[in-house]
Parts: sequence; structure tokens; C-alpha cells
Amino acid sequence: MREPIRGHHDMGGLPAGRVEKTEHDYAFWEKRVDALNVLLAAKGHLRVDEMRKNIEALPPDAYDRMTYYERWISAIANTLLQRGVLTADELGRKMEEIARREGVSP
Amino acid sequence: MTGRAAANASVPARFKPGDAVSVRRAHPPGHIRTPWYIRGHRGTVVHALGPFANPEELAYNRPGLPAQPLYRVRFRQREVWPDYVGNEADTLDIEIFQHWLEPAGGER
Repeated sequence: MREPIRGHHDMGGLPAGRVEKTEHDYAFWEKRVDALNVLLAAKGHLRVDEMRKNIEALPPDAYDRMTYYERWISAIANTLLQRGVLTADELGRKMEEIARREGVSP
Repeated sequence: MTGRAAANASVPARFKPGDAVSVRRAHPPGHIRTPWYIRGHRGTVVHALGPFANPEELAYNRPGLPAQPLYRVRFRQREVWPDYVGNEADTLDIEIFQHWLEPAGGER
């Protein structure tokens, strides 16, 4: 039988780099992601277990490349899509609009 | 439902502090709170924490009922990590849901 597949996030016990123990500041957008999560949970649009499931579902390279709050906003978006709070089209158009407004490539 | 669940919507508790248990060696997909590295290992229940809605179901926006009793289980580091170089007496506590545990009789 083939070996079972370990979830990439489930990395306890594997070799790892040094633990970064220094404090660091949060960017404004990171605080907004945190606030968004608190509000959506309070309004019953998502729960922490759905967030974790969606973070754990990231492909390994995305999981490693994304920062902590990038994983969070990705999980928030996916939860809202799964719940039907947002549609992919609404989200895509809004992202396009903001990219245009900010003068960045979408 | 999140957090601690009502006793009447819960699976009956199978274990009590002092019981020897082993963690099921299962590898289902989904949102699993039992760490990969502890599956198949033996430990001792040190605390019964009460019933909680099952996070494996909550992750898919389902109620997670009946709630599963949660236990704090203590493992010997030497048993978990074959190459462990710390003190023989070192232990590791993990909170594990009842449906991931089986009774483990006999010598430890």
C-alpha cells in the first residue's frame, strides 16, 4: 500500500529553520484582515474551523510563500465563496476595480 | 455550535484520567486536529475536558453534533521521537478528541 499523504500544514516534528522570536509591527492591511475576520465571525458568516480548513487546503507552494495574513485573507475569501456570501464574479470585478483605482496590475 | 457543547447532544465519555489510550492510525482528508506525528502512539489521559462540537464537521459549516469528549493526553517524548535526546521523564500533552482514541491495555 502507498504511504498516506500528509497535509502540508501538518508539519509537527519535521526539520525546520530557526524560530524568529522578535516582535514585529503589523501593517494596516493586516489589522484590517483581522478586523474583517472578527466581524464576519460575529455576524455568523464564517467560523474558525472553516478558516483553518481553507488555510490547510492551500497548495504547498502557496502555503510556504504566503505570509500569515495573506493566508487569512485567502481563507476568508474562500469561505465566503463556499458559503455563497460572495460570488467569484463579484469578487473578481471588485479586485479589478481596486487594482485600477490604485494603479497596480490585477 | 462552537466550543463546549451541551451534555445531552454529546457522545458518552469512554475514558477517564489515568486510562492508557492509543491514538488511531488513520489518515482521512479534511480538517483534522489530531497531529500526524502522534497517530499510532500511546499515552495516558490526564484530564477530561468535556464535550465539544466536532471541528472536523464545523470546518464544513455543519453543526458538529453529537459533540465529542475532548481529553488532554500525555505522551512520553522518548516514545514519540525515537531519536529524542532530552530527559527520560520529559512528556508532551496534546488535546485529542475521543473518536481518535482507543483503549490501550497492557504494559506501557
